[in-house]
This record gives sequence, C-alpha cells and structure tokens, in this order.
Amino acid sequence: MSQGSQLIQDNFRDNRLPHIWCPGCGHGIITRAIAQAIDNLNLDKDKVCVVSGIGCSSRATGYLNFNTLHTTHGRALAFATGIKLARPELKVIVITGDGDATAIGGNHLIHSARRNIDITTVLFNNKIYGMTGGQSSPATPYHEKGTTSPYGTIDPDFDICKLAIGAGATYVARSTAYHVPQLTKHIQKAIAHKGFSLVEAISGCPTYYGRKNKKGDAVDLMHFYKDYALDVKMAEKVDPEKREGKFLIGEFANEERAEYVDEYMKIVERLRQEGSQDE
Amino acid sequence: MAKVKTKKMVKTIPEWCKACGICVAFCPVKILKLENDKIVVTDQEKCTNCMLCEMRCPDYAIYLEEQE
Repeated sequence: MSQGSQLIQDNFRDNRLPHIWCPGCGHGIITRAIAQAIDNLNLDKDKVCVVSGIGCSSRATGYLNFNTLHTTHGRALAFATGIKLARPELKVIVITGDGDATAIGGNHLIHSARRNIDITTVLFNNKIYGMTGGQSSPATPYHEKGTTSPYGTIDPDFDICKLAIGAGATYVARSTAYHVPQLTKHIQKAIAHKGFSLVEAISGCPTYYGRKNKKGDAVDLMHFYKDYALDVKMAEKVDPEKREGKFLIGEFANEERAEYVDEYMKIVERLRQEGSQDE
Repeated sequence: MAKVKTKKMVKTIPEWCKACGICVAFCPVKILKLENDKIVVTDQEKCTNCMLCEMRCPDYAIYLEEQE
C-alpha cells in the first residue's frame, strides 16, 4: 500500500522508504525539495531524468520516481552531458555531493559550467564524506575536523558557488536544509533556466560532521543554519560586524549565454545544409 | 463569497520516523513530541497548518492531509 503525503506518493518510489540516510540527515529534506520543485513546475515525469554519482547524496536517485541513473564517482555530469546531447528534450537534473562534484568530479563540474550545457545540478553539501566514514572533503571548512583531519584541516575549503560562477555557470544559488521554501524556489528557477545551473544545498550531517566538530545533533545543526545564514540581498544592507562568521545564501548569478546543445545543433544543421548543397 | 479553507490533519508514519527531533524543535505551537523514539501529535486542534514539520522532516514521516 502507498504511504506518505501526496507529494511522496507521486514522486517517490515509496516502497523503497524509509531511506538509508541517518536520523536528522538533511539529504531527505533536500530530496523532497527537488520533488516539490518538479511538482510545482508540472513537468511530465517521463521527460525528467535524474542522474547521480556516488556518495550519500547520490542515493537520492534510488528513491525518486523519475527516469534515474546512478553512475560512477564524480562522473554524474559526464553521463548527464551524454543524455542531454542524445535527448535534448529531457530535463536533466544531476544530484551530487560536495566530495563527488568538487573533488573527484571537479573537472566535470567546471567544464559543464564552462560549456553552459542545459543541466541542473543540485549539490548536497554536507561538508564531509559521509558514506565512507567522515573523511574531510574540499568543502570541509578551514580548521574543522574529519577522520582524515583529526587536528582540523589545513586545506581551505571551496566556495562552491563562486567556483561555479568562475567556471561559467549561468544560474547559481545557495540555500540550506533549514530554508526549505527558498531552496525549493531556487531549484525551481534552476530547472526552468536554460543553461548550466547549480544550486548548492547545505545539508546537516549530524553523524560525522556534527559529531567530529562538536556541533551537536540534527536540531543544533538546523539552528546553526538558521542563525548563521545571511541572505545575499540583506548582506549589502547590514553592518559589517553583523556579517562576521556568517555565510551567504540566495541567488548569486542569473544570466543568459549561448547554450551548448543549441550550439552543437547549429553545427549539425549547418553541415547538413552544406552537405545537401554539394550533391 | 470568501473561500473556506478546510483544516488539514497532521498524519504520521511511525515506521519511517527516525526520532531526529527536527519537527519537535521547530513546531511553532509545540504539539509534537517523541514517545519511545517515534513521533506523536499531542494536540491536533492547535495545529496551524504551517507545514514546517512536513517540509523539514528528512524521513517524510509527518505530513498534512485534508480531512475526508
């Protein structure tokens, strides 16, 4: 028998629930926000393809009831590029994590952004490698702990949104598992956007990140995001001392630029015409 | 004529609840609690249908549904 809210019944493989994520993990909240965004946009479910890599975040494709592809570590964007070029009519959504997308998959991320291919990436940033036991990732904040950095990591962390903008992404936003309505709105805009879009969704990992860094349980992490997130529009108005220690959420980029599949199809069309003239 | 909004009921799926306590902490009218590590609604009447519990439940174990 189907269980759960209408949204869950319509968009999830509810016979796979409950999911494997730890108690209080933000990934479930973000996955629901993705389903809500797709639902709000009224997309044909057969025209949605969700692709993921490897890691806690990438388990999401097992639960979402669309065309789904669970691929290899870091390579979700490479598979997604192939899908988009073969079937441009599909809405391709990539679900990836901070380790998956910025470490082993870093190159795929920057080049997908550079190409401005019409793919939406939702990056679940829990700031640690959860699945393999809490190793620090490129998104683990400077001087914070993981099992591979017991004295605090001395590797500065990536600002993933700035990285995506620098590489050429045309829609970039950040939200958290606490700020669900904003997160849903950003994902919705990202899916509707033509070109490469990235939404960084900050997720709480109470099991490793929270515990290793003595940041408390799931509720404490949610309070942290509530108290320390500052909207980018507000940030310009508030006093500098109030910005201290806070991180920015909101929309960082929203622009138009030539899209990769369009450009590719233009070449195909041009060569076709040139070929027919030769005959 | 003014639109009459029907009040929704809070429903729970105890088998899916992992007792993280997020809904309990953020319910504005404090009508949720954990009992034997499962979610329990203590007072349906006080619910304001704000949806915060449904949105923030990582396990989809609590949601609002229109009354039959």
